[in-house]
Amino acid sequence: MSEATSESSGTGSRLSWAAADSWTMTRRELAHWARQPVQVVVGLVFPVMMLLMFSYLIGGGQGVAGDFKAYLLPGMLTMTMAFGLEATMLAVTQDLGKGVIDRFRSMPMNQGAVLVGRSVADMLQSVVGLVVMVAVGYAIGWRWHEGLASFLGAMGLLLLLRFAMLWVGIHLAMVAGKPELVQAVQILVWPVSFLSNAIASPESMPSWLGTIVEWNPMSATATAVRALFGNPGAGGDSWAATHAELLAVAWPVVLIAVFFPLAVKRFRDLSR
Amino acid sequence: MPDHDLAIVVEGLRKRYGSKQALDGLDLTVRAGTVQGILGPNGAGKTTAVRIMSTLLRPDEGRVEVGGVDVRTRADEVRSRIGLLGQNAAVDEELSGRQNLEMFGRLYHLGARRAGARADELLARFGLADTGNKAVKQYSGGMRRRLDLAASLISRPGVLFLDEPTTGLDPRGRMEVWNAVRSLVGGGTTVLLTTQYLEEADQLADQIAVIDHGKVIAEGTADELKSKIGGDRIDVVLHDVAQLARAASLLPGDVVVDEDRRMVSASITDRMAALTEAVRALEAAGIEAEDIVLRRPTLDEVFMHLTRDDAEVAA
Ligand SMILES: Nc1ncnc2c1ncn2[C@@H]1O[C@H](COP(=O)(O)OP(=O)(O)OP(=O)(O)O)[C@@H](O)[C@H]1O
Ligand SMILES: [Mg+2]
Repeated sequence: MSEATSESSGTGSRLSWAAADSWTMTRRELAHWARQPVQVVVGLVFPVMMLLMFSYLIGGGQGVAGDFKAYLLPGMLTMTMAFGLEATMLAVTQDLGKGVIDRFRSMPMNQGAVLVGRSVADMLQSVVGLVVMVAVGYAIGWRWHEGLASFLGAMGLLLLLRFAMLWVGIHLAMVAGKPELVQAVQILVWPVSFLSNAIASPESMPSWLGTIVEWNPMSATATAVRALFGNPGAGGDSWAATHAELLAVAWPVVLIAVFFPLAVKRFRDLSR
Repeated sequence: MPDHDLAIVVEGLRKRYGSKQALDGLDLTVRAGTVQGILGPNGAGKTTAVRIMSTLLRPDEGRVEVGGVDVRTRADEVRSRIGLLGQNAAVDEELSGRQNLEMFGRLYHLGARRAGARADELLARFGLADTGNKAVKQYSGGMRRRLDLAASLISRPGVLFLDEPTTGLDPRGRMEVWNAVRSLVGGGTTVLLTTQYLEEADQLADQIAVIDHGKVIAEGTADELKSKIGGDRIDVVLHDVAQLARAASLLPGDVVVDEDRRMVSASITDRMAALTEAVRALEAAGIEAEDIVLRRPTLDEVFMHLTRDDAEVAA
């Protein structure tokens, strides 16, 4: 009677269905973009505006010597990735409030596909966002001085941070589940960002604050990306400051290791 | 041993939300190929029961089998056999009707081509072909409901759950949904539908379970339920609203007053004796009747009767 193909229980076919379902859910997000191009453009313009604002209006950098643009751009790229947390959290919160989630849950599809679709779409958006920021940076005079491999390595570190923020965002959205809490997180993201070396240098801060800043995951990514671009760094000789590359990998990996399983479990148990 | 005649078996279902016992030992069996009506007032536990039966919610206690398959331990198998029309629309508002149906078709693993063909077929069947490319958020309530119903039929499910399928629809929309349900049942589908409308249960359901406070308080065919409250009724329509109360005091049995329709209605046992008695009593009291009718009780009355009894027992 049922037209749905009876699934053979092999792991291979289970995996290929999981991939197919994830792709279908990714297409859903892409179709949302196609229907709301303005929202997508606003999402891309906001970080560009911040970049222009900081380089021309605020300028000069807090305690940064030399070329501020060269210091600023990697920081802004890092901040954009970190701010992805809000975007993901907002999207998941809105999605979970929708009736269509009930239909997905009543269907014999791979249940994780809903989250995978979200994460693929968010990563695609982040790649586009990075390309736009780099292009604008280039236009206003920022340059990188190392080879293509280093450039791609820097992009990889930025996307790794974004991927970690994605799973933190998905998890928080399910724990909080309310738009009001998204607002709270949106407000908190700012001080956490400014407590990094994205814009200001920890050298200019009181030493206890500088230590916090150096250990901030965002600082690790920004410092590592600066090094890979051959842009001036924040300096400092603490362990965290001198092992930024290691931390730029370790921090996101730890965050993913903690929040990915939590988010998946939470999603499975949701409303049950 | 699963009984293959039974499409749905529910035993001792309990679900509590905080201090609210939404389901309090619900039992139900539905034979394959029939329409089971679940009738109950707001908050009776209809949606909770449907959500548990369709794998969306885990019960605190009790067992549910759909087609002999346990919804808790083999949810995926159950999901491939059922269709669900929830109380609230379960479609993506941002996408078009066609995009929705095609997406669900892919997720039912029909493959891209068949998913597209099935989407077109269902859009045509539910009169949505012309608006198939519009975003659902621009649909009217009735169109949305029809799209939702179409979505629940994509996999040609053997068991279909409909949670208040016609609430909020105009009479034409309601007829369309009723016709769709009838043609499905003609094709062998088992349907479980919840409703607050007794007429709907009367029209569509082979068996009706009346539920209140999370358990079944009466069960049977529409006729069986009607005969439960003691046979026939007499309706007397008056000229003068002011005389309603007097008239009510003169009639026997279980009397209901309806001021809007200037009517008193009473339960009776012996049709002719009751009629002559009523005419004589009204005449003696000088009350002028516009109309007097003998009839079978409506399901509404059965329902009022049953839920009131239940409240008295609980009190
Ligand atoms: N998520 C929830 N949290 C708390 N209480 C709930 C929840 N869902 C349902 N309830 C309560 O459980 C009881 C049964 O609710 P349910 O939605 O199953 O009733 P219903 O028969 O579908 O009502 P209606 O006709 O209004 O749709 C109600 O008292 C309701 O308030
Ligand atoms: Mg309900």
